[in-house]
Amino acid sequence: MAGTVDALYVFLVLLSLSTCAAIFLVITVFAVKYRRRHGREAEQIHGSTILEIAWSVLPMGVFAVIFVWGAFIFFMERTPPRGADEVYVVAKQWMWKLQHTGGQREINELHVPVDRDVKMIMTSQDVIHSFYVPAFRIKQDVLPGRYTTAWFHATKTGTFHLFCAEYCGTSHSGMIGSVVVMEPSQYEAWLGGGGTTGSLAANGQTMFQQLGCITCHRSDVQGRGPNLTGIFGKPVLLEDGRTVVADENYVRESILNPTAKVVSGFKPVMPVFQGLVTEEQLNSLVEYVKSLSQTPSGATGTAALTSGTQPQNPKE
Amino acid sequence: MATVAVSTERENYLNADYGVRSWLLTTDHKRIALLYLLSITVFFFVGGFFALLIRLELLTPAGDLVLADTYNKLFTMHGQIMVFFFLIPSIPATLGNFLVPMMIGAKDLAFPKINLLSWYLYILGGALMLHCVLTGGVDTGWTFYTPLSTAFSRTGVIEAGLAIFINGFSSILTGLNFVVTIHRMRAPGMTFSRLPLFIWSTYATSIIFLLGTPVIAITLLLVVFERLFHLGIFDPTRGGDPLLFQHLFWFYSHPAVYIMILPAMGVVSEIVPCFSRKRIFGYSAVAMASIGIAVIGFFVWAHHMFVAGISLYAALIFSLLSYLVAVPSAIKVFNWTATMYKGSISFSTPMLYAFGFIGLFTIGGLTGLFLAALGLDVHVTDTYFVIAHFHYIMVGGAVMGYLGGMHFWWPKISGRMYPESWGRLAALIVFIGFNLTFFPQFILGYMGMPRRYWQYPAEFQVLNVMSTAGSTILAVGYVLPMVYFLWSLRYGKIAGDNPWAASGLEWKTPSPPPTFNFDETPVVTWEAYDYENIPLPEEVSLER
Amino acid sequence: MSDSSVAVEHHEPDLQHHFADMGQQKDAASLGMWLFLATEIMFFGGMFCAYLIYRRAYYNEFAAGSRSINIWLGAINTVVLICSSLTVAMGVRAAQMGKRKLLVILLILTLILGLAFLGIKGIEWHDKYKEHHIPGPSFDASDISREYPQLHIDQSHEQIFFSLYFAMTGLHALHMIIGIGLFLYLTHFSWKGRYGPEYYTPVEMGGLYWHFVDIVWIYLFPLLYLIDRKPLG
Repeated sequence: MAGTVDALYVFLVLLSLSTCAAIFLVITVFAVKYRRRHGREAEQIHGSTILEIAWSVLPMGVFAVIFVWGAFIFFMERTPPRGADEVYVVAKQWMWKLQHTGGQREINELHVPVDRDVKMIMTSQDVIHSFYVPAFRIKQDVLPGRYTTAWFHATKTGTFHLFCAEYCGTSHSGMIGSVVVMEPSQYEAWLGGGGTTGSLAANGQTMFQQLGCITCHRSDVQGRGPNLTGIFGKPVLLEDGRTVVADENYVRESILNPTAKVVSGFKPVMPVFQGLVTEEQLNSLVEYVKSLSQTPSGATGTAALTSGTQPQNPKE
Repeated sequence: MATVAVSTERENYLNADYGVRSWLLTTDHKRIALLYLLSITVFFFVGGFFALLIRLELLTPAGDLVLADTYNKLFTMHGQIMVFFFLIPSIPATLGNFLVPMMIGAKDLAFPKINLLSWYLYILGGALMLHCVLTGGVDTGWTFYTPLSTAFSRTGVIEAGLAIFINGFSSILTGLNFVVTIHRMRAPGMTFSRLPLFIWSTYATSIIFLLGTPVIAITLLLVVFERLFHLGIFDPTRGGDPLLFQHLFWFYSHPAVYIMILPAMGVVSEIVPCFSRKRIFGYSAVAMASIGIAVIGFFVWAHHMFVAGISLYAALIFSLLSYLVAVPSAIKVFNWTATMYKGSISFSTPMLYAFGFIGLFTIGGLTGLFLAALGLDVHVTDTYFVIAHFHYIMVGGAVMGYLGGMHFWWPKISGRMYPESWGRLAALIVFIGFNLTFFPQFILGYMGMPRRYWQYPAEFQVLNVMSTAGSTILAVGYVLPMVYFLWSLRYGKIAGDNPWAASGLEWKTPSPPPTFNFDETPVVTWEAYDYENIPLPEEVSLER
Repeated sequence: MSDSSVAVEHHEPDLQHHFADMGQQKDAASLGMWLFLATEIMFFGGMFCAYLIYRRAYYNEFAAGSRSINIWLGAINTVVLICSSLTVAMGVRAAQMGKRKLLVILLILTLILGLAFLGIKGIEWHDKYKEHHIPGPSFDASDISREYPQLHIDQSHEQIFFSLYFAMTGLHALHMIIGIGLFLYLTHFSWKGRYGPEYYTPVEMGGLYWHFVDIVWIYLFPLLYLIDRKPLG
């Protein structure tokens, strides 16, 4: 990714340098050639429509090229590839908390394998933060109350800066950490090294039972709530006729504020979980719901066997 | 200012009356302009002092000069004071107030008492701001982003918000006065197509004052209410949306950048023809570019929010519109350059500032193209790249224009000439100091140094040291004009009515002008910038 | 410096020194007023924008909140304000025709109607205070939740409705208070016979302002009181 961004950057630097050079050169030439001298008066020129049109249209053309180029890169930056490894990020004043899907937790350090797509699903516990890794040319604000995502694909191993780029209070400049990019084998070793309390999806499943979600959201018979098997990533028809895609933000909202977007055919009877689950627990629940939509070959799929839904998002 | 000694025998606005009352209760737009000049200068040096402290802190990677909280307050108050209490009123409230009636041949602004009221509102807002500064300050960043400002900050957000709210009404009333004056008070023969370009740009600025400022006023009021009464409109834990705040904030605060730069463009459009002895190249293109910037400027606000969590399609539209707003700015630069072609160019101080403006504004504008490019903005937004970019526009552009204008019209304002060689020296120092301060920040930004950092990784130090060094030079460049302007009040050469042999009605009346500007209402029969009809006196022509 | 010394030169006592004639002065005043009203639209516009977004997001809470406000007080207030606009319009006409007494009576009527509006608004707010519907730590909309269980009211979203309700009606009331101050001033000088067929600009400008504040209410009433009044099925 850094390469594509840098290519546009270099293009713009060269464009700017040549534009500046041209303008400054012309001004300098005029300033010297037409400096005030005795016996020479200024020639009055009112303007030139052709020139005006030329120097209005020409920049517009150049700008159009930059716009398309920039938009193209932005599309790429905003569209995480399918099958990316996922990491949950919870930002708070003033630290980064990271959860791998396998259950490993880190603070202010993110270990990732080289040559893999890594997608961050991020939220904040308090104010707005911004996840910024200059080496990967990625930045995304992290908002309280919703998920935002970003992704990268590290091409070399090493340790890179992780900054908070949105001013967040006293220790904003202390909210820094690092992204450690490792060889896959080292990464596997690292994953296995620290003790975990089970994968996120497994934790989520436990909570799903403890919080009683399972009594209504059943996968065998029709419960009072929708069957969650296979719904993730699919469009959902709502009670009010709208359709939304069941993405991370929808699952999140449906847990915290269930009456906001009720699935068609169901009553808004689910209790509100706002304030009852922490951001980390919420991540586990979301991850569990996601796991219900993964094909049996999926790495974290635990309960998908019963679903019998059509396969989707096959991992490579 | 009340003790200015004016040796001309004629009665003018300065010696028409003496005493504090005659200044504090004046309705003369020229005296109000001087009141503004005095007060914004105070705020400029307060804000500048904070800037120096910021730069000193950043001399070393560790946070060692001030505490983190102090540093956060410093950059917050630097921004708030410089933006709301210096840059926004700078040219409109001083030069604009002084020149708008004179340039169109009016005796005063349409509503002189409202004009005085707007100064008092400014002072009231300013006093509240200073009180806030002295009693602990505020640490939210000048952008007041929620929920940090509404639910987390424990500093004087309410007071600072109210200060800016009150100050906003000062801007609104000034803008209203200008628009009405330009529409209704023009002298006979002064048609819209004969208006000086400074008037066109002031007009465009006033439109932004009128339509943008109320939005920031209500937004900050909602922030204040939210803190006072716990409303929850911007609080995500209670169903509010913090992005709504950002939209409302930038709806004003992006056009506010044009409030700062448009008047400076107007100043440059006056200076370049005068010191090239030529008509402006493409009068109507430059005039329409001002209006175009003001109008399109209202539809680009979300380009501050590309990584804030807005939708992909919103980002695309705002990126496209941002490129559109760059076109009229480019047109202006080309037209100023073309104006010099086959001119008779002299290098007096105002012209040096105009050169500086064009150069720095070009760099600032071109780096804006980087930021409007979506894919690249993701990397450089919220870093020092942005800091450098907007300082090139707001300091390199707006302040250069302001200083250029002050030098150009100082003889008219005071009736005295400033020392020319000191003027040129100061212009040079400002230019060098400015570039040394802010150019390294582009590189810092691309290397990834985020803005608003009290401490930073050591690899960024060299460039930060350069920047700090530059800021001290810049400070000297800013103090110098103040010193010699004051000096010139007593010792400066008597200026005469039209020392630059400039076009424009303001030069057809004595310096300093009489209280009602013109002894009799002028009748305009000529086009703007008719330099072919203005002979150059010998002493002006010899001066390079 | 002083205005009076110069004004003496003119034959028009009400002409300020810097205007060429009365026509220019009047034109300037009315353009200024219209521009000011444009800024006022932007000022309220910020809140209308917030209203639209949250109404769309939290429709149930907005509907329930709207039902909890006393529609009759709102309707009476709408009538009161429309009547006051009528008296203002008639007042401007009276000033144009030089009918001093009629002008004063109409202005006083307007003042009474304006105060009546504020009084009724005060009753409405007091009701909300008693019901703990004022946003803040003591906010409690459980009565609304109980009344409309089928709407599944979220307390904090209900608070957003009331935040906007109080912010919008509060700022509107502030404009009313400013208007009343303005009209006291106009009444005073009308009594002194300051305005007549040659010079009634202040009355007209005050009237424009009053109509504007009225129009804002004409929008606020349906937006806040009439969101979803049909019987719940």
